[in-house]
Amino acid sequence: MPVTSARGLFGRWPALGALATLLAACSTGTVVLLPEKNGGDTSLVVKQGDREVLLAEPYAAARQTPFGPRAYHASPEEVAQLFGAALAAQPMRPMQFTLYFVEGKDELTDESKQIVEGVFAAISSRPVPDVLVIGHTDTVGTDQVNDALSRQRAETVRAALIDHGIAPEAISVVGRGKRDPMVLTGEGVSEPRNRRVEIIVR
Amino acid sequence: MSTISSTVPALAAALALGFATPAAAVEIGQIKVVKGQVSIERNGQAYPGNVGMRVETSDILRTGSDGSVGVTMKDDSLLSAGPNSVLSLDRYDFDPVTNNGHFDAQLKKGSLAVISGRIAKQAPDAMTIRTPSAILGVRGTEFVVNASD
Repeated sequence: MPVTSARGLFGRWPALGALATLLAACSTGTVVLLPEKNGGDTSLVVKQGDREVLLAEPYAAARQTPFGPRAYHASPEEVAQLFGAALAAQPMRPMQFTLYFVEGKDELTDESKQIVEGVFAAISSRPVPDVLVIGHTDTVGTDQVNDALSRQRAETVRAALIDHGIAPEAISVVGRGKRDPMVLTGEGVSEPRNRRVEIIVR
Repeated sequence: MSTISSTVPALAAALALGFATPAAAVEIGQIKVVKGQVSIERNGQAYPGNVGMRVETSDILRTGSDGSVGVTMKDDSLLSAGPNSVLSLDRYDFDPVTNNGHFDAQLKKGSLAVISGRIAKQAPDAMTIRTPSAILGVRGTEFVVNASD
């Protein structure tokens, strides 16, 4: 018999079968935390079995070994070599714009009317843009009123984008009411910076 | 006649509830970048991966030896896989009103670059990436991971 099948081999030497199982369980891998582009906090927990390693600074890395994750410091060269192709395929980062509204209305302030051109430019620079329009309000009024007003503000912006030739199916809208203020205030406070629509161009 | 009278209200009810288009599964992201050979496995069928294609929960993205693919998710997470990769989008739910959600993906092999989005920002540990040997709890934001079998 010129060829011994793996099963036959392991049948004869069970320890080899156990070794194969161990090796399968020890498939390898590397994780590297990268610098955060906007300088914000960044961290990652790497768990392997019941062991874990926290990566909390740029180029902190972990390699999976049969004895658990091993922390080390990776170099930008190693990252480029192992992950260059994956990094090159990264989609363009979403761009965010903020437009402000006249109190209690779905009408843009004059300054914000100027920003709209930049939004169109960002949208047209992308091969397959999709756009999320998020409306917000200040804390004057009930949740119900603000949810409706924030949605109405977002719809106004959506309509303007469609008027300028952006495909309707590429734009989704959401009204977040007063849940996510730009500036924290008490209830019932008129705050122009909170009366806004964020446009995320992806 | 009796068939019509019973069908019409049922159809109207379905329309009212938004069930009229079962084919429109929930879209969770969009393919933005494709190089070389890329395919999507959905419900056991393989489709060529093209720029602009929407991805859904349970999709499995595969790249060939010359392939790479980049996807932007609904919560602004960016995922991109290098050559010879298999990436499974196991679980994704995201509420854009509250920014709450969960995102679990699995890199079965190959290489992956990630920039986490609103889900991970809203709740640490709401996003995980698994490989055959490790589980990554994503608190944010940019990292790379690979897996070989």
